[in-house]
Amino acid sequence: MEKVLTRNIEPGKAPTDMAAYEANGGYQGLRKAMSGMSPLDCREVVSASNLRGRGGAGFPTGMKWSFVPMDDKCTPGHKYLVCNADEMEPGTFKDRLLMEYDPHQLIEGMILSAYCIGADISYIFIRGEYIVAIERLRKALEECYAKGYLGENILGSGYKLDMYVHPSAGRYICGEETALINALEGKRANPRAKPPFPQVSGLWGRPTIVNNVETLCNIPHIIDHGAEWFKSLGVGEDAGTKLFGVSGRVKNPGCWELPMGTPIREILENHAGGMQDGLQLKGFLPGGGSTDFLTKDHLDLAMDYNVIGKAGSRMGTGTMIILDDQTCPVGMVLNLIRFFAHESCGFCTPCRDGLPWSRQVLEDIEQGRGRAEDLDTLEYQINYIGAIGNTHCALAPGAMEPLQSALKYFREDFERHISGGCCPYHLAKGA
Amino acid sequence: MSNAKMIQSDISSVLTSQEMAEIDHELEHIPYKSGAAIDALKIVQAGRGWVSDECLQAIAKYLDMSPEELEGVATFYNLIYRRPVGEKVILFCDSVSCWISGCDSVKQTISDTLGVDYGETTADNRYTLLPVPCLGACDRAPVMMVGDDLVTHIDDNKISALFAVSKVEGQS
Ligand SMILES: Cc1cc2nc3c(=O)[nH]c(=O)nc-3n(C[C@H](O)[C@H](O)[C@H](O)COP(=O)(O)O)c2cc1C
Ligand code: SF4
Ligand code: FES
Repeated sequence: MEKVLTRNIEPGKAPTDMAAYEANGGYQGLRKAMSGMSPLDCREVVSASNLRGRGGAGFPTGMKWSFVPMDDKCTPGHKYLVCNADEMEPGTFKDRLLMEYDPHQLIEGMILSAYCIGADISYIFIRGEYIVAIERLRKALEECYAKGYLGENILGSGYKLDMYVHPSAGRYICGEETALINALEGKRANPRAKPPFPQVSGLWGRPTIVNNVETLCNIPHIIDHGAEWFKSLGVGEDAGTKLFGVSGRVKNPGCWELPMGTPIREILENHAGGMQDGLQLKGFLPGGGSTDFLTKDHLDLAMDYNVIGKAGSRMGTGTMIILDDQTCPVGMVLNLIRFFAHESCGFCTPCRDGLPWSRQVLEDIEQGRGRAEDLDTLEYQINYIGAIGNTHCALAPGAMEPLQSALKYFREDFERHISGGCCPYHLAKGA
Repeated sequence: MSNAKMIQSDISSVLTSQEMAEIDHELEHIPYKSGAAIDALKIVQAGRGWVSDECLQAIAKYLDMSPEELEGVATFYNLIYRRPVGEKVILFCDSVSCWISGCDSVKQTISDTLGVDYGETTADNRYTLLPVPCLGACDRAPVMMVGDDLVTHIDDNKISALFAVSKVEGQS
């Protein structure tokens, strides 16, 4: 298969600098755009490519950009492009790879995306723990300024753009795009009410686009090779390639670039090498900690947004977390809910008070203090906290996804904890 | 807090001129002063390891904010430390993939080796142990950061290689 996003990335190899990036076709997309394509031309290519956001929600990128007021429809002032490099969703490890090993690809994607929406300032909002990526991106930015790819009059086009790396002070909710904007403004990262949408009123009240790292990394290739080429990369309904990852107790955990629509079985068996010896697959979260469990019955599904959606889950970030038959599903869900409860920004009651309540109930069940009615309590919480519209942002409903599907597929495990008064998995391990 | 009474000379007796210069540099591309709140906290923490009450009040004054407002920002973020930390902070991933890979027992070994639990600093002041959400290296679980370094596939050997010395010194 044709490698696109990872063509400069090889495990163990040095990261790609300007020379290596350009030697392999880098900044061709930028040159093409700057020598004769208008922002609208570029945006039309991206819309036609059917690129969907890789940050989790899968929103069509071209459509998102089309809400930004352009030219004389926009009041005078700055417009912003922000790269969301917060990557804190449990079980997600793809953006780190793209930034550490090929920083120029992201930067080229950002320059082009900023051009499409007429932004003059751009930020890479990156989690503070990504020390290596921060260093490499800063070095790459220097190389870009020196070459005239950033700053005034980029490649003689008259277009001007500045770009900054902005390390976060750390909190999962900063990944939510309106919370991210508040964090960039130096405030507590509580999500904002929508509307107004950031496309119209975002950073400092100005039009702002927030896109995921992987989304932006696709842009240079789409501009360079065109929409039809990009669509032809997918083997299912969706366009392009995707970084798919597998973690958990498989033989070969890792992250691979594969066509959109690759069957789950192929990712799990051919790339991740199947389960470790002595373990069976029990279930998996297809795209990070806030997606619903799927099971063995879903292995032949294609990793496409709508296919996974119809099966009752979400493709999310495309990095799967595997539950094996000797790991306790209640313990796994408890770990996730503990995380979400801890990372709640505290703004709304169902999340701030509801998630610790769910955590408490799960802790009781896991530690053998569960009662039969606890499962009804969990159902009640799922319906209340999980309902879109009861909370101010998607963190709390996302937290309910692994819980509700665990109750659906692994209900017996919950019941065995309650009837036996202990965790059967702990017992089996002799702990 | 008696910040209201803090005057300009008090600020410069707390913040160094270097720190103020770095904050000014951030302010150049920020429309209003409080927008630099997180940056300023990070600048001060970078040199001192943490943000003391005294520093917090001086920064608040410098940015025309109330100390309460700045405290609300400082305590919101995981990587701003409002208490002293050791020379290196250990950020130990306790999220789902690391949990599946046995991070609970690894954490226990680290705690036993260093004699600290989450939120505590070793007797020799070298390490502070803190939990951190998923470090984005789940394929190499269990993982942690020790200072600026990512440590992957943590096992007993790695723990003793990294921390054995600290324990001996800490106990002596
Ligand atoms: C609680 C929460 C955390 C999020 N964290 C991230 C993140 O770390 N990285 C990311 O790209 N998107 C994250 N998102 C999604 C963003 O809000 C936003 O949809 C995304 O950055 C848009 O980029 P895309 O259109 O390129 O996918 C998060 C959303 C929520 C609700
Ligand atoms: S759902 Fe949770 S994280 Fe989102 S705004 Fe409400 S309290 Fe904050
Ligand atoms: S869960 Fe530990 S690095 Fe992702």
